[in-house]
Amino acid sequence: MNKMGALAIRQIRKTFGQTEILKGIDIEIEAGEFLILVGPSGCGKSTLLNMIAGLEQPTSGRIEIGDRDVTELPSRDRDIAMVFQSYALYPNMNVAQNIAFALEMRKVAKAEREAAVKRVAAMLQIEHLLDRRPAQLSGGQRQRVAMGRALARNPRLFLFDEPLSNLDAKLRVEMRAEIKLLHQRTRTTTVYVTHDQVEAMTLGDRIAVMKDGQVQQFGTPDEIYERPANRFVAEFVGSPAMNFFARPEQPGVQIGLRPEHLELGAPGEGLKGQVLMLEPTGPETYLKLDTPLGVLTARVAGRTLHQVGDAVGLRWAPERAHQFDGASGRRID
Amino acid sequence: MSKAPKLSRIALFLALGLLALFFLTPLYVMLAASLKSMDELREGSLLALPQAPGFAAWAKAWSSACTGTDCGGLQPFFLNSLVMVVPAVALSTALGALNGYVLSKWRFRGSEVLFALMLFGVFMPMQVVLLPMSQVLGWLGLASSISGLVLVHVIAGLPGTTLFFRNYYAGLPDELIRAAMLDGAGFWQIFRRIVLPLSTPILVVTLIWQFTNIWNDFLYGVVFSGADSKPVTVGLNNLANTSSSVKEYNVDMAAALIAALPTLIVYVLAGKYFVRGLTAGAVKG
Repeated sequence: MNKMGALAIRQIRKTFGQTEILKGIDIEIEAGEFLILVGPSGCGKSTLLNMIAGLEQPTSGRIEIGDRDVTELPSRDRDIAMVFQSYALYPNMNVAQNIAFALEMRKVAKAEREAAVKRVAAMLQIEHLLDRRPAQLSGGQRQRVAMGRALARNPRLFLFDEPLSNLDAKLRVEMRAEIKLLHQRTRTTTVYVTHDQVEAMTLGDRIAVMKDGQVQQFGTPDEIYERPANRFVAEFVGSPAMNFFARPEQPGVQIGLRPEHLELGAPGEGLKGQVLMLEPTGPETYLKLDTPLGVLTARVAGRTLHQVGDAVGLRWAPERAHQFDGASGRRID
Repeated sequence: MSKAPKLSRIALFLALGLLALFFLTPLYVMLAASLKSMDELREGSLLALPQAPGFAAWAKAWSSACTGTDCGGLQPFFLNSLVMVVPAVALSTALGALNGYVLSKWRFRGSEVLFALMLFGVFMPMQVVLLPMSQVLGWLGLASSISGLVLVHVIAGLPGTTLFFRNYYAGLPDELIRAAMLDGAGFWQIFRRIVLPLSTPILVVTLIWQFTNIWNDFLYGVVFSGADSKPVTVGLNNLANTSSSVKEYNVDMAAALIAALPTLIVYVLAGKYFVRGLTAGAVKG
């Protein structure tokens, strides 16, 4: 596999009238990588995806796919496939026709189209649905067909626009795993937009955390989680969210501490705390603790023997504490 | 008889029956009169059933009643209307669909303004265009011809058909169009393969709407037609207004029914699609 950049986004800007939607985005990934664009709604991630797809034009900047500059190319010449949030299956065609449509538009011979439909249907286990119309399918089945439609023609780039947001929680987890498996098998370069940090962490090779039209941090899931570049990223990734507090001896600095790094000990050791609330999830329990530094969340494995109202002592390893500039929110190393 | 629901049912059906009677009586009078002879009409009551029903009046209205100086019945006018209505309905519907597709799915700078301007056409009184249109038809060499009438009806119908299709297509998800674009389909392929197959309800509504309007039009027909291109509405008017010694009400009624028959048939055949199409929202799935 070539190690050339599979997708490069260079200084992309987009303005609508006075508002700047994207303020100079730079992202580059290699062939076969799974890129996540994640951020709260309105951060510009969907706009960026549409630009990669060729459905919207940037005000300035360049987009390269493989080694081609595609900024001015229409969608159909970019060799990409996209799975939409609503799936956008053609209601007037059955599943097989939906999957074959892109090949038909590209004048692929009938026998070859049928072979492709067969291959994709087997891969996604939807062989028994090929004659059905989209209206006769369940949410999960539609999702599969949408992926099949994208897979059928072996695109150079796969785009996903919040594909799991219309599914219920259980199905979402299942389909998330399927998307990951599929990517491991096909190794097609993928760009995936989501607002869900769990999807971002579980699926991505690279994650671009976005906010207000800017990339806050671009890195691997580990880098994002272990070394968040600023307070926004630190807060956005991880559940329960990171604790933040200030210490009198470090003015102007915000300390960030993940709940799993807050250690509970006997009362009198370390920081004084009192249990406010327990949230058992089964495999682990979250404790809300009242401390002189504010309310903090701790996360412990399994169940806890602590009761509401118990006094505890709190400690953490100094190297686990992240430090952020109080004013700018930037990470301090 | 003690149950309240039954009583309300009776009242309901009574009201519906009375309304039906009210609306159907004129039709009955026309039909009955058209089947009677003139003698029977003079003597009997308007509401009486025909004693010896016959189609003599229908035959006369169709082929030998006088319209002005010609005495060839409605037949030539009816054929004129047919020759006019088919291309006029087909063209105005096809162009409306295309306009609606562009104005809802291929917006461009100014397309909303264009649509708003087109809407003026829906509310513009027909009389306003009479003079300029006859001027234009003259320049085009289409004055007093059926082609000219077709052109006028296509142009007059476009704002309405565009509005119908534009609003219907606005309910089609944009992602469908985007998906097709990514799949490699172009403007016409998307229209033909995705949009048109989803248009059946609005297509039926528009076809019925246009057929009824164009078939029943009198004003454009009387103004822009020549001696050989008058539509059936004008023929009917001439037939009923041609004065002879006696007024043949049975022939007038038969002629009116002949002129109204095509629209009636269209409603009977496609009426349920009409109601369904008017109330249908976006496409599911």
